[in-house]
Amino acid sequence: MSPLATFRHGIHPREHKEATAHLPIERMPFVERYLLPLSQHTGAPARPVVAPGDRVERGQVIAEPAGFISTTLHAPVSGRVVAIAPRPHPAGKLQPAIEIEADRLSAQRPPSGPALDPATLEGDRFVAELQRAGLVGMGGAAFPTHVKYQLPAGRRVERLLVNGCECEPFLTSDHRLMVERPEDVVRGATIAAARLGVVETVLGVEANKPDAIAALERAVDGRPAMRVVPLAVKYPQGAEKMLIQAVYGLEVPSGRLPLDVGIVVNNVATMTAIADWFDRRHPLIERVVTVAGPGVARPANLLVPVGTPVRAVLEHCGGLDAETREVVMGGPMMGMPLASLDVPVLKGTSGLLAFTEAEARLPAEYTCIKCGRCVEACPQFLNPSRLARLARGGRFEEMVGYHALDCVECGSCSFACPSGIPVVQLIRVAKAELRKAAAGAAKR
Amino acid sequence: MSSMLVAAGVMGGLGLFFGSLLALANRFLKVEEDPRIDAVEKLLPGSNCGACGQPGCRAFAEQVVGGAEPPSRCTVSSPGGLEAIADFLGVAVGAAEKRVARIHCGGGLGRASQLASYEGFESCGAAHLVGGGGLECSWGCLGLADCVRACTFDAMWMNASRLPVVDVDKCTACGDCVEACPRDLIDLMPLAHRLIVQCRAPLAAEAARRICSAACDACARCAADAAPGLIQMVGNLPVVDYAAGGPAAPEATFRCPTGAIRWVVGEQFTEDRPAAAAGRFHGHA
Repeated sequence: MSPLATFRHGIHPREHKEATAHLPIERMPFVERYLLPLSQHTGAPARPVVAPGDRVERGQVIAEPAGFISTTLHAPVSGRVVAIAPRPHPAGKLQPAIEIEADRLSAQRPPSGPALDPATLEGDRFVAELQRAGLVGMGGAAFPTHVKYQLPAGRRVERLLVNGCECEPFLTSDHRLMVERPEDVVRGATIAAARLGVVETVLGVEANKPDAIAALERAVDGRPAMRVVPLAVKYPQGAEKMLIQAVYGLEVPSGRLPLDVGIVVNNVATMTAIADWFDRRHPLIERVVTVAGPGVARPANLLVPVGTPVRAVLEHCGGLDAETREVVMGGPMMGMPLASLDVPVLKGTSGLLAFTEAEARLPAEYTCIKCGRCVEACPQFLNPSRLARLARGGRFEEMVGYHALDCVECGSCSFACPSGIPVVQLIRVAKAELRKAAAGAAKR
Repeated sequence: MSSMLVAAGVMGGLGLFFGSLLALANRFLKVEEDPRIDAVEKLLPGSNCGACGQPGCRAFAEQVVGGAEPPSRCTVSSPGGLEAIADFLGVAVGAAEKRVARIHCGGGLGRASQLASYEGFESCGAAHLVGGGGLECSWGCLGLADCVRACTFDAMWMNASRLPVVDVDKCTACGDCVEACPRDLIDLMPLAHRLIVQCRAPLAAEAARRICSAACDACARCAADAAPGLIQMVGNLPVVDYAAGGPAAPEATFRCPTGAIRWVVGEQFTEDRPAAAAGRFHGHA
């Protein structure tokens, strides 16, 4: 048997997926209040089209895209808009959000309509449909999906890569989706592949999910130009540039996009969302969230309406252990620690993880001993120790020469560092400063 | 023996050749520079802080000698130092309004609501990116002293409420702290401008008071009590425009329910100063 494909460098954190990998997706019951931040995707915040006091139906458009790199927001429940005001956002800041009070008496029927055949949609109308559905990359970064399907004139896409790696520890939401809805993953991929006119579709799944691989293989069976590729288990394989390298051995050049090597990468959950929109007319109003970690009483894979407060989700899972010290939205490697449990689940929320002192404690920090483990871990072949040192000294411009902007912020360097240096955090601070400087220069 | 002589001869010849090239270059390619630039540069503090708007003291000296800038544009020199430059060049010192860095947040420990504690790299820039440092207010001071570390004049320190205090005598208005603050809470203001709004939260009423007891709740009493036109409410915050309205007076601050607008003579946050001067602590709490 030939060794499984993978990318170079990377790390092997403990997987911790056993608590939820076998648990079927269950539906989260409706709660009283929902918070829909206007900014839950990369790009311009959506523009509200409802006003406080308005009655809204589940699936109704409540905010429209404010520009091309922006997307639509739909009501996750039938109810009444009670406010459009600054509300806590998972990123830790108060941001404008639409607050909806659910109607207790409503049947909360899902939106529906006759299936739309994507093959009948010419050119830009397909892209507009994806934007109308409010689709974003559901792996975490929440980049509006339709943007990837607006191909620059003369550009050809040869390959569609469907990302089923789920390389972050603890998370099993994509895993369950692949096991329980493989036909929809394949259906979404078929729609996307037809639109892009690709010659091949690959579903990349890490080998620690044999049941998902088997389910997808059954669903794919007999379809031309589509195959499932099992990948060796390694973090951060789910980063799109790493996945491209793992499957095709291709490197996306510095500062370029997968499109520049003729590839589009989408998450499996985004694929099911595409199928939901065209076949059932369901916009993106709910998603699968893994609730896990030592601080959670009853770990679960939940289908949660977007906008549900994190506190309600955790309470549904039996509440938090008294020892809980930190709740993270997303995976433990790249997720956001939450400052408040009153923030809502977003379109890009793949998991809610509760950690106790033992996991949340920061390692004591020592001097860099130049061991090079971060260099060997970095999937982008950067020199993290050098970057961290420059960042600490505030020498941000110099870092550009060391390709700081190619850092994907996966955190492998911090994980590998035996001296407990917050390497990726230092690089993130520097990148934020560089962005600020660039924005300032553009203004002047 | 002869090879040694050859080597010495070649090296000597090369030296002689390049030496004469340099001598010729010095004779024919010489650039005349005003010797006063050197002299003025020596009279300047040499901190290269950039407060004058020039990339360094040398560049500023060129501007002063050329008459493009008055000596007083240097905010670091003492009055005596400026006098010396003016005397040397035979120009007027020039009038300069003393400006200092002012902090537009009066939150800090015990006033601004802290939802969670931040652990990690001790820097406001880092905390700002991690859940907003656990501070409920998205606009307030994070208290991790990036500005104090940026100050090259030892003019800033963190007080007991974790707010930065600017020593107005030492502050040269170089702007390094303004750049360092990830929340843009620092401005350079004329020292004579005494009405200072110590809040940047664009919230009103209960929403503002809930996140911080020192927040501006947009009651607009200051605007009503000030000379007509002096204070305008813009985006739930008072904006003081000295050019637009009559004389500023402390009365504008008397009815402020939260202390978000202050009449400041000298340093800010003096009420938070520890009783003993020994209570000062610099960053790294």
